[in-house]
Amino acid sequence: KSSVQTIGEEQIQNPYTELLVLKGHQDIVRFLVQIDDCRFASAGDDGIIFLWNAQTGEKLFELHGHTHKITAIAPFSSSDASEEKKHLILTASADRTVIVWDCTSGRQVQKVSCFHSTVKCLTVLQRLDVWLSGGSDLCVWNRKLDLLCKTSHLTDAGISALVELPKNCVAATVGKELVIFRLIASDDGSEGWNVLEVKRLVDHQDNILSLVSVNDLTFVTGSHVGELIVWDALDWTKQACECNFWDSSVPPDVQPEIKLSQSPNETSVQHLTSDEECVFAAVGKGIYVYNLQMKRVIACQRTAHDSSVLHIEKLPNRQLISCSEDGSVRIWELREKQQLPAEPVPTGFFNMWGFGRASKQANQAAKKMQDNTPMYFLELVGDLIGHSSAVQMFLYFGELGLATCSADHLIILWKDGERESRLRSLTLFQKLAQNGDFQLKF
Amino acid sequence: MISAPDVVAFTREEELEDELCSEPPLPEEYSVPLFPFASHGANPWAKVAGSKFTRDFILISEFSEQVGPQPLLTIPDDAKVSGTFDLNYFSLRIMSVDYQASFVGHPPGSAYPKLNFVEDSKVVLGDSKEGAFAYVHHLTLYDLEARGFVRPFCMAYISADEHKIMQQFQELSAEFSKASECLKTGNRKAFANELEKKLKDLDYTRTVLHNETEIQKKANDKGYYTTQAIEKANELASVEKSIIEHQDLLKQIRSYPYRKLKESDFHPYEPECALGQANAGCGQDLTASDPAEPGETHLYAHVPSYTPKLIKAKSAKCFDKKLKTLEELCDIYFFTQTLDQLHQIERTFRGDVCYLLTDQISRALLKQQSVTNFLFEDVSFLDEKPPEKQYRGCRGLSQDAVDRKCSEESPAPKVVISLGAYKSSVECVPIKMEQEIEDSQEPKMTESVTFEHQENLDYLDADIKGSISSGESIEVLGTEKSASGLTKSESQASLPVSPSPQAGRSKVGSRRTVSEDSIEVLSTCPSESLIPEDFKASYPSAINEEPYADDEEGGLRFTPKLNPDNADEQEDVSKQENLVQVDSSCCIGKESPNFLEPLPDLGQKPCDEDGVVRIPPQPYRQAEQGLRGSFGGFPSHDGISGGFLSYELDSRYLTGSREVSKSSLDECSDSTSYISSAASTCSDRTPSPAHPACQARERHKKKAGQNALRFIRQYPFAHPAIYSLLSGRTLIVLGEEEAIVKKLVTALSIFVPNCGVYAKPVKHWVTSPLHVVDFQKWKLIGLQRMASPAGVNVLHALSRYSRYVSVLDADSKTLRCPLYKGTLVSRLADHRTQIKRGSTYYMHVQSILTQLCSKAFLFTFCHHLHLPISEREPEESVVNRRMNFLKLQLGLANEDIKIVQYLAELLKLQYIQEPGQGVNPLLRFDYVPSFLYKI
Repeated sequence: KSSVQTIGEEQIQNPYTELLVLKGHQDIVRFLVQIDDCRFASAGDDGIIFLWNAQTGEKLFELHGHTHKITAIAPFSSSDASEEKKHLILTASADRTVIVWDCTSGRQVQKVSCFHSTVKCLTVLQRLDVWLSGGSDLCVWNRKLDLLCKTSHLTDAGISALVELPKNCVAATVGKELVIFRLIASDDGSEGWNVLEVKRLVDHQDNILSLVSVNDLTFVTGSHVGELIVWDALDWTKQACECNFWDSSVPPDVQPEIKLSQSPNETSVQHLTSDEECVFAAVGKGIYVYNLQMKRVIACQRTAHDSSVLHIEKLPNRQLISCSEDGSVRIWELREKQQLPAEPVPTGFFNMWGFGRASKQANQAAKKMQDNTPMYFLELVGDLIGHSSAVQMFLYFGELGLATCSADHLIILWKDGERESRLRSLTLFQKLAQNGDFQLKF
Repeated sequence: MISAPDVVAFTREEELEDELCSEPPLPEEYSVPLFPFASHGANPWAKVAGSKFTRDFILISEFSEQVGPQPLLTIPDDAKVSGTFDLNYFSLRIMSVDYQASFVGHPPGSAYPKLNFVEDSKVVLGDSKEGAFAYVHHLTLYDLEARGFVRPFCMAYISADEHKIMQQFQELSAEFSKASECLKTGNRKAFANELEKKLKDLDYTRTVLHNETEIQKKANDKGYYTTQAIEKANELASVEKSIIEHQDLLKQIRSYPYRKLKESDFHPYEPECALGQANAGCGQDLTASDPAEPGETHLYAHVPSYTPKLIKAKSAKCFDKKLKTLEELCDIYFFTQTLDQLHQIERTFRGDVCYLLTDQISRALLKQQSVTNFLFEDVSFLDEKPPEKQYRGCRGLSQDAVDRKCSEESPAPKVVISLGAYKSSVECVPIKMEQEIEDSQEPKMTESVTFEHQENLDYLDADIKGSISSGESIEVLGTEKSASGLTKSESQASLPVSPSPQAGRSKVGSRRTVSEDSIEVLSTCPSESLIPEDFKASYPSAINEEPYADDEEGGLRFTPKLNPDNADEQEDVSKQENLVQVDSSCCIGKESPNFLEPLPDLGQKPCDEDGVVRIPPQPYRQAEQGLRGSFGGFPSHDGISGGFLSYELDSRYLTGSREVSKSSLDECSDSTSYISSAASTCSDRTPSPAHPACQARERHKKKAGQNALRFIRQYPFAHPAIYSLLSGRTLIVLGEEEAIVKKLVTALSIFVPNCGVYAKPVKHWVTSPLHVVDFQKWKLIGLQRMASPAGVNVLHALSRYSRYVSVLDADSKTLRCPLYKGTLVSRLADHRTQIKRGSTYYMHVQSILTQLCSKAFLFTFCHHLHLPISEREPEESVVNRRMNFLKLQLGLANEDIKIVQYLAELLKLQYIQEPGQGVNPLLRFDYVPSFLYKI
């Protein structure tokens, strides 16, 4: 029944051969945020924020202050004005407060509790040295936690995502709408800002679930019904739209006309990430790679997981990591597949694995794509099984490994066993030299 | 790959013993004739078949002032133990050589009776006629009603194995001193109570008498005193004197310096809980489990209310008066404590001496492996004993090998004189020889030391007379002055007795003891043919000491080569020396100590070329150093025991099952005894843990060993299962029945490497679904299989995490785990092994695992295997070097590499772990396919 690709127990390319379970949370862990090269913070429904050492797994601090679950978290590194860099994090909670924490001392710096509704998203505009909180209204704050300005009450649903755009603009998702705000320096003071609603975009048919900025020129949104729209970041026009991820038999069309034959959950765009070329979308159980230049999906894995994919991230080495409600984390590699465009694709094979590219490619090739386009596919190179419940998010630390957080209250640090072993040897010999044990009794 | 096992020896789930017992015996005609004396409780391996008791035991005797020496109790308290052995007779033997000084009563120049806080004396006695050898610990208890307030007692550890007594002297002495201290403390408490009561009585008597006198005075108006009145006055005066005397005694007994006890690590008594304990009638483990308990703070504070009686002026000192029993002499709590301690001693030293020695040596060695020993050993027990002790024992051995020559020339100063049993003569030569004066190696020796020894000799002298006149056959093999109780200075602090007269006396005494008597005896010494074979080893030493008898000038100095008097003796000496040399040259044990580091401090040697033991009068811990002499003084014995060990192991391998089953029928009173005693000597072969906790551990070892043995015979896929454990992959034993699963888990637990110094990562029984955290924590898990929906979850979790675990299904007898193609495990778990006994197999496993540990150690601590030699060296070449080392240098094949790598990781983690925080539990795993094994 399951068409999910499996890899088996032999995973040569999977570097993660050691794991460290970090215990501390008492409820679902939803957020992981990197503080610096080797520290990260975790937060979740228990309202506690933990700071961890990503190398050793050591628990650095346990931050108590919120009485309800954490709804948003954002790192807030100080500007280079002061000598040493000060690492702060902002946390918003369902108790309608936002707290600023000092990551070095583990202390609460300041607390804001004048919100009328839960803050659902936080964004730091480093350039302007202000931060924004999004709930039922949008507030702009400075570093000293002074409220600079705020919008009027938008909707009850409130802002669910914020992204910074060029020209002092921000894009906020409010339900089905995408609202563009602009920050304007106030006339009276140097510190003052005013916020203005510039534009409302209503192209999505359903709630916008994900919002990501690709570069200075483009940003992408994804909705609950599987629409993916590429926007121009400067004039907020629609550059491209992809909305039929779920149906490979129908040629992709710019217009979202296709009737939904599947449940929305199967097609909702849960998470988006991007590099310069492509947008990677977690759609339902699948992963899709959308090339911005070609304006089409170049690779996909329709059922990458047993259940909804919650978070995906692109690694520098053409690898992609996804995590899902099924409790697994999978590592994919985007591989090039040289194909002659005219040649009919052995659809049977791909269908077996849930690939939908064959016919799509044929159609697109017929439409406008030039020949000899290298086609891609996502190859499963490894999976990480450790959590017993949905993996909410993960944080890639490069060499240090991978941190995953889950609804089973755990954070797991996945590490390269070889590297760890080497590091331990190094530590060992350092300690030996330190203790002068070389001469001693061995 | 999977073949049926050649032998499935045990198919049922009963205990191995049952298995063996229920085996039908062979028909008579096929059976090998049994050892003819088997029925007498002896066996072919018994060294002294003549002994009349079956196993070692402890005897407590008293020199009763009414009936003379009499046995009080034996431990174990079982008539079978002593068998036909004449306890009365032996009590007479051992009590007749009490070297303890007991100057109690009115010493010259003192107005009041003085209590002497006598130190215990420790001697080794042999009675070759009885085939009994004993460590005898003399002690004195106080009794107000006894003559001189003292009652001499002795505790003796009696064994048929002389070597055991000699070689374990140090340990025996330590353990018995604990028991003795405990008993004496209780006795002091009881004595103080008794004194208080007596004082109250006297006080009351005085009041009464006083009143009577007053009445008489009033009644008497004649102006002169009647005889009655004078009598009364005298009576009153004597009561007054008595009160003063008793008060003085009470003061003395209370002034016993408790500080001393607090210094030692033996604090078994805490008054508050003491009473409770005593009432409960147990207090089994208190001695060992609570060593840190504070010492007695107000020991004599609690005195029950007492109604005083009138005391007759002349207390009846007649012989029909019943003396107090030992139990009455001692506070009940301390008495039970003492008994517990004695039971513990019995358990500890039970078994063959080679076992004891091997255990001690291996423990000492293990202690040295501080980096690796946590892997497969229970490190906690290593810490229980004071570390010096283990090292000492070992060093004593190693020194033996190093200083072989020296010890041969002047062996065993402890050993005194031996005599043929047939001659009715006794000689007792003080063991504690005076220090060589021209000793250059021990410059630390001070005057006080000398004095101490002299005084000791003096004591000896004082007590020896009786035994000399007894004219019985006794060999005094050695003695040892106790240093446990008090140092000299402290005992004197409480006793303001001038030491000078004693010192003066001692000189005379020692000379006399050492003079003609012993020479006479020695000249009538029988030819050596009459001496039991294994006794010879210690014999020469006795001979060697003769010249010392002649050496009038030097007092106690002796020079082995100069004995002009007796040509026969000279001959004897040379003969014996040859014997010793032969012994030591062929010994195996000699080699083993070479592994140890050479003795760092030669100045610490217990014996110098003259074979003089110098034991500085120190409290216990320090005294161990000196006591080492007992260990080092018997080079040939080491050889014997070493040889014996291998021989025994052989015999154990060879013992057929028939024999095993036969011997397993032997009554073994203790549940810990082995199923087979076929290879045992006259004493019980039970292993000898040193502590009560070890007892359980030992039992567990045996059980685990048995179960493991059964497992590897029963399951053809034992190898991959064991490989899983050794390589750190969690093995889950899945089954419906808890007992079966637990048994398997126990069996397999011996293969699980520890992740830290704490408990083994073994979970015997789990009923809930497993999580990844469990695999991080546990390496061996017993898991319940259930039919219920909950059970489905359990299985689901198992399949989900299948990459981290190997699953041994106890119900369907399948194993799902990665392939194993190495060679190491086959040596570890050969299903065709000839090993029959659980404990033997356990030791076999331990030895191979230890080997493995050393490989892991080597691998871990070779710098270039892990880090580049130069800055520019690429990582690949390091990896190559590493693999080459593993394959070529360590000779590891295939999966064996992973085992060593895993152990190396554990070593690293342990080593780099910061003190204070535990090892971060991490889970290492490999992405390797698993296979399903079936029977």
